Amino acid sequence: MNRFLLPLGAFLLLVVVLAIGIRHAPEKDIIASPLIGKPAPAFSLPDLSDPSRTVRSSDLRGRWYLFNVWGTWCYECRAEHQTLLEVQQAARLPIIGLDWKDDDAQARDWLAQLGNPYERVAVDHVGRTAIDWGVYGAPETFLVSPEGTVVYKLVGPLTQATWTRDILPRLSRQPLPGS
Amino acid sequence: MLPELGQFALILALLLAGLQAFFGIAGPALGRERWMAAVTSAVAGQFVMVATAVGCLVACFVNEDFSVRYVAENSNSALPLFYRVTALWGAHEGSLLLWIQLLAAWTVAVAIGAARLPRRFSARVLGVLGVVSFGFLLFTLATSNPFLRLDPPAGDGNDLNPILQDPALAIHPPILYTGYVGFAVAFAFACAAMLEGRLDQQWARWTRPWTTVAWAFLGCGIALGSFWAYYELGWGGFWFWDPVENASFMPWLVGTALIHSLAVTDKRGLFKSWTLLLAILAFSLSMLGTFLVRSGVLVSVHSFAADPARGIFILVFLALMIGGALALYAWRAPLLRSTAGFEFGARESFLLFNNVLLVVAASTVFAGTLAPLVSDALKLGTVSVGPPYFNPTFMLSMLPLMALLPLGIHAGWKRGHLKDRQRTLLMTLAVAVILAAGVAFGIYSHGALLTPVGTALGIWIILASLVDPIDRWRRRLSLPRSVLGMTIAHCGLGLAVIALTTVQSFTVERDVALAAGASTSVGGYQFRFDGVAPLEGPNYDAIGGTIVVTRAGAPVAVLRPQKRQYWVQHQAITQTSIRMNRGNNLLVALGDDLGAGRWSVRIQIRPLVSLIWLAALVMAIGGVLAASDRRYRSARAAEAPAGVALPGEPAG
Repeated sequence: MNRFLLPLGAFLLLVVVLAIGIRHAPEKDIIASPLIGKPAPAFSLPDLSDPSRTVRSSDLRGRWYLFNVWGTWCYECRAEHQTLLEVQQAARLPIIGLDWKDDDAQARDWLAQLGNPYERVAVDHVGRTAIDWGVYGAPETFLVSPEGTVVYKLVGPLTQATWTRDILPRLSRQPLPGS
Repeated sequence: MLPELGQFALILALLLAGLQAFFGIAGPALGRERWMAAVTSAVAGQFVMVATAVGCLVACFVNEDFSVRYVAENSNSALPLFYRVTALWGAHEGSLLLWIQLLAAWTVAVAIGAARLPRRFSARVLGVLGVVSFGFLLFTLATSNPFLRLDPPAGDGNDLNPILQDPALAIHPPILYTGYVGFAVAFAFACAAMLEGRLDQQWARWTRPWTTVAWAFLGCGIALGSFWAYYELGWGGFWFWDPVENASFMPWLVGTALIHSLAVTDKRGLFKSWTLLLAILAFSLSMLGTFLVRSGVLVSVHSFAADPARGIFILVFLALMIGGALALYAWRAPLLRSTAGFEFGARESFLLFNNVLLVVAASTVFAGTLAPLVSDALKLGTVSVGPPYFNPTFMLSMLPLMALLPLGIHAGWKRGHLKDRQRTLLMTLAVAVILAAGVAFGIYSHGALLTPVGTALGIWIILASLVDPIDRWRRRLSLPRSVLGMTIAHCGLGLAVIALTTVQSFTVERDVALAAGASTSVGGYQFRFDGVAPLEGPNYDAIGGTIVVTRAGAPVAVLRPQKRQYWVQHQAITQTSIRMNRGNNLLVALGDDLGAGRWSVRIQIRPLVSLIWLAALVMAIGGVLAASDRRYRSARAAEAPAGVALPGEPAG
């Protein structure tokens, strides 16, 4: 055999390995959060619609929910908003919003104008809760199980594609209580 | 308007790159003179179009046009002008555009430099560069368009990633990419030679200066990145064997092998097919670096936003281009026969060892970098390969290389003359061992075996490199730039070896909790913490600490580390404070507020660490100097018959 063919053979083998690597690549984003498999960080924050009320993480126990970090200053969140509304309309699971370092009045206007996909919105003015959750940019979305465990984290806007590919299968694996 | 103009210019550049590739490759194949003549026009046109696109994007950044998605994602109205410009390459799309711009610039330089080469050959070189450029332009337009608009426009931008807001990192990508892209030129020369089916010593002489300059830039780029990681990331280290660092280091190692192998092909007409393979390999590894950083295949601190679609595009492009080149190699390389031979102990044999050891080193890095990927693909679970693997395996191939280097410089071409040089070599070795022992036991008084060995090797390399040039200088003989450059580069390597082995053994690290006014003593220095105060920067708030350093009561430095909180991305950045003292690098980083006025403070003392980056710069200067030698500039450099003393060969 022509020994000068060896480099080509080795290279083709490498291409195969890299191709397999790409197929696995999306899953790496999920492993990236140290919170996966750990209890969701506790919080107790004022409610956007009524600041005298409090949104507590302990109140959310016992059912699946999406924890969505957003702000009116975040234009990617605007792109994501439609998907959130669709998810809410399909009524698969409640969405809890975390309005991050935002102006309350503007945030209420935003929800009035674009529609409100959130069951409740917690207001995080100082960014303490966002730090606890390891948020490094908005939007970010977490899937939390009834036991209060973070199952999945998405960095960037939620799309229908990620919803069907990454979130739905995780829900169907452990059926929703009551569904 | 500007973004649309930029996009239009990019599309025109794509068409011109296609023409450049077609005319450059089909012209010589079909013997069409006019097609070949058209190639240079396509090159010039493509450069102008790419420069227009870059200009448009820079203008969007400077004008704060937040209707452009890429600008909105990577800039902000509070961002200083300098970083608004460098934000161009702050993320995937723009850095790709920078890549293309640098490739276009290299191509223009080659078109000018190759004007005196045979037209068929230069057309083929430019044609291959056109293929590379076409692929990248298509990639940009199809998957990573920086000119996309936002509707509605963003009110303000999302800001440049704070860790990129740093002078060293701002200029790191252009320099690193200049190196990466430069290997495309060596690749194009190799492909052109294979298309011609002919490779002679003249070819090596044409290829050498381009390759050496690319190598020098790559070295500088890597050193800048390492320097940045040292003081900006604040982890206190200059090299982490991170996949992305490795991705830039592998082409550098293979490029080093290539410039040595090219020397043999140039001087003796040997190693022809091996040189071709190295040229393909060096560029392939550069491309692999691009792929790894952008596809999300490997997890790294440096990763761009990962997008599998982009990864697939690059992979297909890579498979076609590199696969094509390797197929061409399998077809053409068997035709290249070297007629000359050499004795064991001749310089050729040492350069063969050099090549083998460098490729082995690159392979170990390659294996370590891709190990997580392979084990993932084979479903063996996620493995992590870190310094415990890389440090010893890398050393295993590097130490013999260092030990053989002084012998290689003194060996003659063709026949081994080492016996005549025995005295010089033994003398320099003896001096090196004595000096190293003095340093190791005199200054540091303790230490691992590695340090005296490394220091001795480093000193030996420097001394042995200097013997001949000094001798020539004393006898008032001419010293060609190629020899001078080689000597300087080898001295730089010697310095790097000394610095690396010393830093490895004598670093002192301490994490301490200090209240305001409290002191701690580390490595012979006293550090007094004078508390913190709030500061405000152009686009961040910060807490600045003050630490007064003294040594035996005498003041040494006042260090002011900061913790910055950038306004837009809410990211906390540790700004370390570094001062040089007696060859030691004192680094202080501010950790967390522990309450009650107490702060955690990280203190590190690294001897000679600055010498590592200085050494990289020295090597690069040597490379550029060697590349500027007269013999590469005259087209018809005398074909000296083998065995006759050539410039670049030590006397004797």
